[in-house]
Amino acid sequence: MSAEASGTPPLLEVEGVSKGFPGVQALDDVRLDLRHGEVLALVGENGAGKSTLMKLLAGIYTPDAGVFRMNGRDLLLDGPRHAQEQGISIIHQEFNLMPDLTVAQNIFIGREERGAGIFLDDRALNRRAQDLFDRLGLALDPAEPVERLTVARQQMVEIAKALSFDAKVLIMDEPTAALNDAEVDVLFELIRRFRSPETGVIYISHRMEELARISDRITVLRDGRYIDTLVTAETDQRTVISLMVGRQLAGDDRPTGSAPAGEPVLSVRGLSTKRLLRDVSFDVHAGEILGFAGLMGAGRTEVARAIVGADRRDSGVISVRGREVQIQSPADAARLGIGYLSEDRKQLGVLLERSVRENIVLASLKDYLGALGFVRDRRIETTGREYVQKLRIKTPSTAQLVRNLSGGNQQKVVIAKWLAKDCDVLIFDEPTRGIDVGAKEEIYGLLRDLAGQGKAIVMISSELPEVLRLADRIAVMAEGRLTAVLDNAAATQENVMDYATRFSAEGTITR
Amino acid sequence: MSPTTTPQRSDTPSTSAYAAVDAGTPRFARLRGSLQQLLAAASLIVIVVFFSFASSHFFTANNLISILTAATVTGILALGTTFVIITGGIDLSIGTVMVLCGVMAGVFLTYWGWPLWAGVAATIVFGGLIGLINGVNVSVLGIPPFIATLGMMLIAAGLSLVISGTKPIYFNETPEFQSIMNLSIIPGMRFPLGVLIFIVMIVIAAVLLSKTIVGRYTFSIGSNEAATALSGVNVRRWKIIIYTMAGLFVGLAGVLSASRLSSAQPTGGMGLELEAIAAVVIGGTSLQGGKGSIVGTVIGALIMAVLTNGLRIISVPQEWQSVAVGVVILVAVYLDMLRRRRAG
Ligand SMILES: Nc1ncnc2c1ncn2[C@@H]1O[C@H](COP(=O)(O)OP(=O)(O)OP(=O)(O)O)[C@@H](O)[C@H]1O
Ligand SMILES: [Mg+2]
Repeated sequence: MSAEASGTPPLLEVEGVSKGFPGVQALDDVRLDLRHGEVLALVGENGAGKSTLMKLLAGIYTPDAGVFRMNGRDLLLDGPRHAQEQGISIIHQEFNLMPDLTVAQNIFIGREERGAGIFLDDRALNRRAQDLFDRLGLALDPAEPVERLTVARQQMVEIAKALSFDAKVLIMDEPTAALNDAEVDVLFELIRRFRSPETGVIYISHRMEELARISDRITVLRDGRYIDTLVTAETDQRTVISLMVGRQLAGDDRPTGSAPAGEPVLSVRGLSTKRLLRDVSFDVHAGEILGFAGLMGAGRTEVARAIVGADRRDSGVISVRGREVQIQSPADAARLGIGYLSEDRKQLGVLLERSVRENIVLASLKDYLGALGFVRDRRIETTGREYVQKLRIKTPSTAQLVRNLSGGNQQKVVIAKWLAKDCDVLIFDEPTRGIDVGAKEEIYGLLRDLAGQGKAIVMISSELPEVLRLADRIAVMAEGRLTAVLDNAAATQENVMDYATRFSAEGTITR
Repeated sequence: MSPTTTPQRSDTPSTSAYAAVDAGTPRFARLRGSLQQLLAAASLIVIVVFFSFASSHFFTANNLISILTAATVTGILALGTTFVIITGGIDLSIGTVMVLCGVMAGVFLTYWGWPLWAGVAATIVFGGLIGLINGVNVSVLGIPPFIATLGMMLIAAGLSLVISGTKPIYFNETPEFQSIMNLSIIPGMRFPLGVLIFIVMIVIAAVLLSKTIVGRYTFSIGSNEAATALSGVNVRRWKIIIYTMAGLFVGLAGVLSASRLSSAQPTGGMGLELEAIAAVVIGGTSLQGGKGSIVGTVIGALIMAVLTNGLRIISVPQEWQSVAVGVVILVAVYLDMLRRRRAG
């Protein structure tokens, strides 16, 4: 963390870099310097240009203007391979693995072990991967196909791949978005081990509390421009956030809700599945937000999927407004006014090759049909624009393809899709994953408004502070069971964690 | 997430990365790939057993050899196109290009009087050249494979007619040409050289796909093309190589089919590409790319050949044979999808 000795150039310097896309100036005269041995956090709102800057450094895009220097020497980055050879390794925001190949084949793609001529030596490749894992302390099987791994393990493969290059600069674009707390600890441990006087890390994250734990300095971008660089030890979250969003955010007052009276809109009784769930029962009332807390794997997503018929239920009764209903598929659920926003945006939530507005009205397209079944484009545009404004989706127009949006803005489109559909019950699974702090507040506000309009909302989140901040009541799960339903006033970080770890006390933790 | 996942406490000691990542997938998951091939092989055996009982003329050495002979040309086309399909592409031109290659063999050997070896080599290279053009169209010009090879399919169909003057070319200068396919290599049996060539090509294709750099990139591109490119692999170049390779297989198939008939027939070939693709798909290769095997393709080609042969032997009319093959394709692909859905 030592300040750079005078005269020694920084490990990596970025100066006057600009990059435009049709209709968007993603970066405008941005600078940044990474010192030897440090972890530099890069923060900014969704669409601020963080990923774009990193893709320039990784040789994926070429800048319109600007220079890069490494140890004082100008860097020319001609393609991803070239950037890697110069010591810049990147872990992308979106997964970049080949699911059909094995772990070792993924890590060394493009750098295969050759036997004679064109022949591969996979045994040597697996040995090399095993050496790498031993060095990093990772428990991965080199010969396992990547498609069989959980998201967290896939992330570990990505990290191992990035570290397998003789990297000097390691760039991580939201590496923790899909990880739970324990996995984040492992990641940080890897970062600490990687850090040396010859190396440095650029770390992008929307999780503010991580910055203090891992970073030495914080560089803030806003609207494609460089704002400031702060020393982590000398600043606080509030300052960083206000630099990011350029305004003060509302305070974080918690709801004072208790179970509203009246008939529940959705009630679930004795829900069980073969895989995991055991006898889960709860009610959600009109006008309330029911938060689901628990550790990863506790079964929160499974509850949502079982309710909407995405997974098979073994037993359990679901009633809407007191009437028992049969839900076999998400389409049935939607017909009954139950909307489900899944945690896996790429696979289930969004059509990348379609426009922002088409995606927003996708779930409610029925409402946009005119005479003879023609689609009423003008109304779609109006709705599209309304939500782009409400959620502050950063896009040049509603006709932009979702593929071209930044990761967080894609997530906002998914949320808009369900807000645009008039559902009585909305189930949101990790709605704010990858979303910046400012936009989170906006989404919290919108969820509150929706509840205020009499909708029943179920929100699943791995971020406990978020659940405490938003939910009127908190359902806590552990090992497929509901261990508690607490009124917000009665809930604290400590007692929720306590209920969330109810069953793991009996030594189920491996090693 | 595996069903046996145990919840992790957030205070798990972080020094060991082992603890944080949940329990891995069960070992038997890895057997599943070979299980799929076993199932395809099992269906082949069921069909063979069925026809063996249905007719005493079916399970004889001679008939089995004629099934292999019938499978040879489509099979070799299917081998090459397996690579293309695993990359997530498709090649609709292989049928008519094969015919064009036969015509070119006639041009080299009969019109130009080249020696046998040179004419055969030139024909195979010619097939590779067409594959190269397909590859460039797909990966450099960015034309979708379906369209690029559809265009080539029509071009090749036309060129065959133009070059041959719409008449068959006979190999009068090189009568030995017909032995490439037909020469009997086992005394006392009608085991043709062509079938041996097919078997050799199966081995070559299988080794290429599973043991070489070409195969690795074939899977990698089909699995996630963007990620492969980001890893620094020159995806364009490898796609060109893969299409070219498939073209070489087409060239060889052209030689064998012309040799079989002792003449280059300038018409036909259309529809053969679909038979080859059907063989690949029955064999469990995914049209989405990323998954597939040579063993599967061979089994697929054999299933098609056995069906055609067996239905004829039990005197099912020609029209119904096509219906049966169509049904088999649908059933095979549906079963495969069921398996996948359950696995995923
Ligand atoms: N290929 C592209 N075509 C058009 N616009 C693009 C493209 N890539 C990025 N953009 C735009 O550039 C801007 C910056 O995007 P970038 O992905 O760098 O944001 P980010 O800071 O990483 O945001 P997030 O936190 O949401 O990941 C966004 O407005 C985005 O829509
Ligand atoms: Mg980003």
